[in-house]
Amino acid sequence: MRHRLIAIFAAFASLVIVSIPLFAHHGAASFDTSKKLTVKGTVVEWFWANPHCFLRFDVKGEDGQTVQWVVETQSGPNITPLGYTKQIFKPGDEVTVTLTPVRNGKPLGRLLSVVLPNGKKLGVSAATAGEGRAEESQ
Amino acid sequence: MQERLVVPIGVLMAISVFSPLAHAQARLPGAVYDFDKKGEKPGPAPVRDISGVWEPASGVAGGIQGKGAAAMESCKRDPKTGKYAVDRNAPVTDTGYATPDCLKPDVEPPYTPLGRETVKAHIPVEGYRMVPDALTNDPILKCDPGGFPRINLHNFRTSEILQTPTHMVILYKFQHRYRQIWTDGRELPKDPENPAWGNSADALPPESRWWGYSVGKWVDDYTFTVQTNGFYDDRTWLDNAGLPQSDAMLVEETYHRVDADHLELSIKLTDPKIYTKPWTALDRLSLRLQSPHLEIQEMECSPSDQEHWNKFFGNQTGPTNGADKAK
Repeated sequence: MRHRLIAIFAAFASLVIVSIPLFAHHGAASFDTSKKLTVKGTVVEWFWANPHCFLRFDVKGEDGQTVQWVVETQSGPNITPLGYTKQIFKPGDEVTVTLTPVRNGKPLGRLLSVVLPNGKKLGVSAATAGEGRAEESQ
Repeated sequence: MQERLVVPIGVLMAISVFSPLAHAQARLPGAVYDFDKKGEKPGPAPVRDISGVWEPASGVAGGIQGKGAAAMESCKRDPKTGKYAVDRNAPVTDTGYATPDCLKPDVEPPYTPLGRETVKAHIPVEGYRMVPDALTNDPILKCDPGGFPRINLHNFRTSEILQTPTHMVILYKFQHRYRQIWTDGRELPKDPENPAWGNSADALPPESRWWGYSVGKWVDDYTFTVQTNGFYDDRTWLDNAGLPQSDAMLVEETYHRVDADHLELSIKLTDPKIYTKPWTALDRLSLRLQSPHLEIQEMECSPSDQEHWNKFFGNQTGPTNGADKAK
């Protein structure tokens, strides 16, 4: 019985994981959707554009080295309903970003959520997450 | 132990069942969708009128077919469970990347040899053959015009149809574009590869177009059909999955006014260079009438913005070695 329950649990877990790319927006092949990372850093640039915005921020590692991360998300019209604006980030802001990393190991990812300096958390909707959109893409 | 497992299983079942619903109910602020009006009984369809602001009836993403025109129906959820098919060992496609088999079209378009050769040359970022952004040759990602019918087969968003005595105009949100559909009785260009309005007093010199030449007519009080030909060349794709088209293509749209609130859009393609026979690329996409005050957002594609995005993101997404390809 226990093994059957574990099997059922695994099946549903895999369903949730595997269903993710089905909604993925353009460039979904870039991402390792089985992973999720959370990093803290300092905003360098918030790029507001169609079809995709991105947030560039510096993350200082335990070794003292700074690595610059870039996370992309959807276009302005898609994410304004979620609270994002062109002015929401400014250089120097301290943010905590949760992301799906790319497969190639570079410090790149797709934005899943971000905590602003004032503590407010912005996410991405089921339709714009990339894990995510029903092809809410370019 | 059993009790401890029951809770997470229940949570996962709930996620798997309800997350598609959450997705389906994604909305544009100010818009009205069918899920807002459960149990409604719309009034009768107006006669010979498809004007107004239209939004996919099922939700903001209901008209977006990133999987590709022919594959739109292949990833449907089971209506009882809300689940997709699961493929834990997704196959590697001809582009070298693995994608869930669910994204594979149920029915492959009827390619000619040239059509098959052309689709293999297209490297898309969506659909069954998708690759990372760094490796694509999708013209739309350089902000080239997506053209028609890709505007409908890939990304039908908020659109407004304007009716005049001589033509209809469709204003599209995606890429901030418009089309003009003549209803003044003129005929389609006879030679789609050298197109012009030969029978019009206002005839212009021949010019091929990214958006084609369009004429429309009412076939009954509730059904408006449009034919389009005269396309520019084969640089435009049919959809985000890289399906090809040629300058010999004829597109037939059918707009059927179902009731006061709904319009259905279907698209049939005939392209003897690329496909051996006509096929239906869009089957009754349901659109819902919106308030005339609902604004069409701007989704302009700026080449300089795209270049900046590619510099810091898109161009960085390619494989550093072959190892990450077949994950």
